[in-house]
Amino acid sequence: MSATVKLIGFFDSPFAHRAEVALRLKGVPYELILEEDLHNKSELLLKSNPIHKKVPVLLHGDRTICESLVILEYVDEAFDGPPLLPVDPYGRAMARFWARFLDDKCSKPFWLSLWTEGEAQKGFVKEIKENLKLLEGQLVKGRKRFFGGDAVGYLDVASCGFAHWLPVFEEVAGVRLVTEEEYPDLCRWAKEYASDETVKQCLPDRAELLAHFTARKDFFVATAKAIMAPN
Amino acid sequence: MAVEKNNNGLQLLGFWVSPFAQRCHIALAEKGLSYESLEQDLSNKSELLLRANPVHKKIPVLLHGGRPICESLVILQYLDEAFPEASALLPSDPGARAHARFWAGFVDTKVFECGVRLWKRKAGSEPQVQARKEMVEALRTLDAELGDKPFLAGEAFGFVDVAVVPFAAWLVSYGRLGEFDVEEVCPRLVAWAERCGERESVAKSIHPPEKVWEFVGFLKNKLGDK
Repeated sequence: MSATVKLIGFFDSPFAHRAEVALRLKGVPYELILEEDLHNKSELLLKSNPIHKKVPVLLHGDRTICESLVILEYVDEAFDGPPLLPVDPYGRAMARFWARFLDDKCSKPFWLSLWTEGEAQKGFVKEIKENLKLLEGQLVKGRKRFFGGDAVGYLDVASCGFAHWLPVFEEVAGVRLVTEEEYPDLCRWAKEYASDETVKQCLPDRAELLAHFTARKDFFVATAKAIMAPN
Repeated sequence: MAVEKNNNGLQLLGFWVSPFAQRCHIALAEKGLSYESLEQDLSNKSELLLRANPVHKKIPVLLHGGRPICESLVILQYLDEAFPEASALLPSDPGARAHARFWAGFVDTKVFECGVRLWKRKAGSEPQVQARKEMVEALRTLDAELGDKPFLAGEAFGFVDVAVVPFAAWLVSYGRLGEFDVEEVCPRLVAWAERCGERESVAKSIHPPEKVWEFVGFLKNKLGDK
């Protein structure tokens, strides 16, 4: 299908980055439509993703695809180019399992480890550190350069938040989760990922991210309080 | 064209009432694959389960030639890819595949997770009332997505139906916990559930709604807020 490809994203979103880097890895030309303010979402975004109202959204001809991991697989399947997922069924299952692990098990403790305090924070820090060790374990097996092997693949893209965004969040929050001593392979991988020729074309500028997140620190703390409230 | 020898090297660690395990039973039946079903005692987890799923320590786990695959939707896709000669669950068109994955994910995050809050939080408490609203909205959304189609996947029963149908047995429970009329909120989904129930794979794998309600009572007692 040679129809136009558009991607609705937001500059600071690692989820939008997942979708954008997938398109670039497959060599697919696309138009990037950046939301200006996620507190004031565009008509296009709300119409394209009425259920979740989130970025990224991929528009391909008359198809609308939402949810970054769903978009990753769609891009892998709809377009020619180097495969993002491993070729063998078991490898594909492992990649999908670990990507889900990141979103389902890591995002909450990661967020709360940054913006809470006291005993609760200690608990979340312990949890995310254990989870990151498990993720790192996937690199150690077979001494791989990337989760995908020699080239950036699906799980590398899915893990992008821990490569480029984590250090910025650590700086804003004043919390250190990942050190080279404790996570030598994960840190090595993070450098490899962020310096990959294709990836770095669509990574947001670190200084801009830092400024943006610093300005929103109070809001982040408030979101953490809301998550912690009994629900 | 299933290979019958040694149950294809397939074992499924499950739990009778788990909708996630039921997805796998239905998928294996739809694909005509024989396997060894190993019911687990979740109050006393086996060495096998803990070794096979050290990260989550949960069922379902599929073992294929001893190698574990965890997470029900990962298992469903693995079955399609490892057994391509058996009838496919996912369609071949990338757009339709994305649609299936999106809606399967929707049920996990918007229906199942909300359902847990419905029974876990004290009836009538603020969080439980909030969960009621969210459940009604989620079911209306799913009902609208089904629309006039015979199945969520379209003309034929497919991946997304396999992913969603185990939750059909929970609708009665959700309605009682949420104090809403299921027939009024999602009439098309109710009819769809009956249609799916006529399939052998589904009839053999899911339990009647009243059995699920009994189990919900047990959960509320054991793990619910007092």
